[in-house]
Amino acid sequence: MEQEKFYYDNKIVKQFAYATIFWGLIGMTVGLLVALQFVFPALSFNWAPTTFGRVRPVHTNAVIFAFVGNGIFTGVYYSLQRLCKARMFNDTMSKIHFWGWQGIIVAAALTLFAGFTTGKEYAELEWPIDIAIALIWVIFGWNMFGTILKRRERHLYVAIWFYIATFVTVAVLHIVNSFEVPVSLFKSYSLYAGVQDALVQWWYGHNAVAFFLTTPYLGLMYYFVPKAADRPVYSYRLSIIHFWALIFLYIWAGPHHLLYTALPDWAQSLGVVFSVMLLAPSWGGMINGLLTLRGAWDKVRESVVLKFMVVAVTAYGMATFEGPMLSLKNVNAIAHFTDWIIAHVHIGALGWNGFLTFGMLYWLYPKLFGKELYSKKLANFHFWIGTLGILFYAIPMYWAGFTQSLMWKQFTPEGFLKYPNFLETVTQLIPLYALRSLGGLLYLIGFIVMIYNLIKTAKSGHDVVDEEAFAAPLAKEYTPHSKDHWHRVIERKPIQMLVLSLVVILIGGAIEMIPTFMIESNIPTIASVKPYTPLELQGRDIYVREGCYTCHSQMIRPFRSETERYGEYSKAGEFIYDHPFQWGSKRTGPDLAREGGKYPDSWHFNHMEEPTSMSPGSIMPNYPWLIEDELDIASTPAKIRAMQTLGVPYPAGFDAVAVNNLNEQANKIAEGLKKDGIEVKSDREIIAMIAYLQRMGTDIKGNKTSQN
Amino acid sequence: MKFKNYLETIAGIEIFPMISLLVFVVFFVALIFFVVKADKNYINHMQQIPFDKEQ
Repeated sequence: MEQEKFYYDNKIVKQFAYATIFWGLIGMTVGLLVALQFVFPALSFNWAPTTFGRVRPVHTNAVIFAFVGNGIFTGVYYSLQRLCKARMFNDTMSKIHFWGWQGIIVAAALTLFAGFTTGKEYAELEWPIDIAIALIWVIFGWNMFGTILKRRERHLYVAIWFYIATFVTVAVLHIVNSFEVPVSLFKSYSLYAGVQDALVQWWYGHNAVAFFLTTPYLGLMYYFVPKAADRPVYSYRLSIIHFWALIFLYIWAGPHHLLYTALPDWAQSLGVVFSVMLLAPSWGGMINGLLTLRGAWDKVRESVVLKFMVVAVTAYGMATFEGPMLSLKNVNAIAHFTDWIIAHVHIGALGWNGFLTFGMLYWLYPKLFGKELYSKKLANFHFWIGTLGILFYAIPMYWAGFTQSLMWKQFTPEGFLKYPNFLETVTQLIPLYALRSLGGLLYLIGFIVMIYNLIKTAKSGHDVVDEEAFAAPLAKEYTPHSKDHWHRVIERKPIQMLVLSLVVILIGGAIEMIPTFMIESNIPTIASVKPYTPLELQGRDIYVREGCYTCHSQMIRPFRSETERYGEYSKAGEFIYDHPFQWGSKRTGPDLAREGGKYPDSWHFNHMEEPTSMSPGSIMPNYPWLIEDELDIASTPAKIRAMQTLGVPYPAGFDAVAVNNLNEQANKIAEGLKKDGIEVKSDREIIAMIAYLQRMGTDIKGNKTSQN
Repeated sequence: MKFKNYLETIAGIEIFPMISLLVFVVFFVALIFFVVKADKNYINHMQQIPFDKEQ
């Protein structure tokens, strides 16, 4: 058949590569700042936008959605064109996708710094940005499918399956987790409450790891590792099994983030079983990647690209071994809420995503600019300092995780907690936090060296915007082999592939969620649990705004070490009015589920103004603006109405009297503070915050015989 | 207006998990069967797609 001449669009690949590098630099620098805040609390600068609770979501969002996100698009736009032997479907769509995504990132950073957040980890962005993400994501998918449909290669290579699965699943996850009721332009409440919100959130959160940080990067691995090694993937058969098993099993594993919480037991067990099974396809994939280099390990010594890729795939293997182990209940009891989890995710982020991206960029730049890499020496330096950075990051964090967990659980022979003051378990870790920052710094230095190296390469090369290529078009009439197998058939049909992937990923999510929403007995109601008062609701919104959940959990697990320290363990029925839930995932500070009534109002006032005045040695930021800033009382009726829409049983017409109710409670708190010698106006944010803190967990306090 | 109300109105929703399990088992058995039986030439062709060589 006659060959057709066409051009690959390299410009869009370059743009995404630039964006990857730019946002990587920002995301990692912000990461270093948050790491240093543990060692030098003064780095919060007494300014709301730079406190840990706001900067940490900026870091996670920047690294996941900006750095890795643009990395995905770089790799997909490069490899998809080549694997389909076709230019991208539509250049305008490519441009909209690129600029739209960068716009979303800028909007995300600004709103997160400003404190506009839904309070759900890795899904913090408020509803207008959620809608923009959905639209841009559809454009990406449309452009991808358009390209696949006009391809000149009949069969879809395994990398493309991973891209398709990524597209469908991220779309489903994003939409389901983002159901929320808007109150104003930048404020909304999650449609779900408490346990249900937690389940949906961690189904999303876990699968954001799976389908944003893993499947697209596995697609990249299946393309770029064979290309860099110049040899085909070890076993294509294995890759087929890898793909289907991985996407099927991953979607079930979310509940392992909620072990020993108030989530129903059966859902926890389901999460554990599937997490353990997940080891098989994950390691199948890792082995497939590493064995691609069988008999070619000498190349690894020569090629810095392969070095990065080998460490990346190894880190993937380590993280995916650790994941199933962490989901065992006995291991999770130790690791959860500690820095162990921080170590675990950074093996994935720094090792797997970071190093695969670096390998890809070092391989791509010479191709895109028609010039050898500027300096192999510098690239090797980057490799070694990056590897060292990962070790300096991870080892202290594992150490910190174990230390803190053991200190939490240590009892004296008399049966008392050995470290009853939570703060002791924090100050103990500060040297380890310092070492972790050093690890981050080393990694960042390597990254900056890479930027220099790549800029030098680009400057000395020439810009190949449209790369010429030749391929024969597909024959219109395709006669399949007589014994064509069903799987070969779907490999020729991308739409069927999409539908099948969708069905596979919906099964797990549906089985876990439908019963939780359906069956009343899964969340036993507790008669004494009442909706928040308007002032407490406003206080809770401030709690969400300041990102308190990034350091404080609200979930007392049923362990003696926790009930001794915090009080009665948390029940599912306590959270039915929590839109969104605020269980948290990390205890840099103590759990707050039963904070109410523990300390007087004046303690909270002083503690929020300057935590070290009440707890010397505390690394919590100061929140002086809560005392200066006026509470947005005008928003109260709208918030009450939104809550009523969500099913919170405020009496009809309560929105009209809510402000009066709020002022009454606020005046009482202000008067109480006055008696303790603290002069503050009753319309300040701190009053609402105190009201919420004093309410937490009091509904069933001391009521140890309550249901469930 | 709780979310579960929407699900409760789906008739016969109890059967969904059973169907799912069956779909899962059938799909993976068929998949493994396919992978084991797959034609060598076809596998070779698929492996070579990233490389610009002619089949």
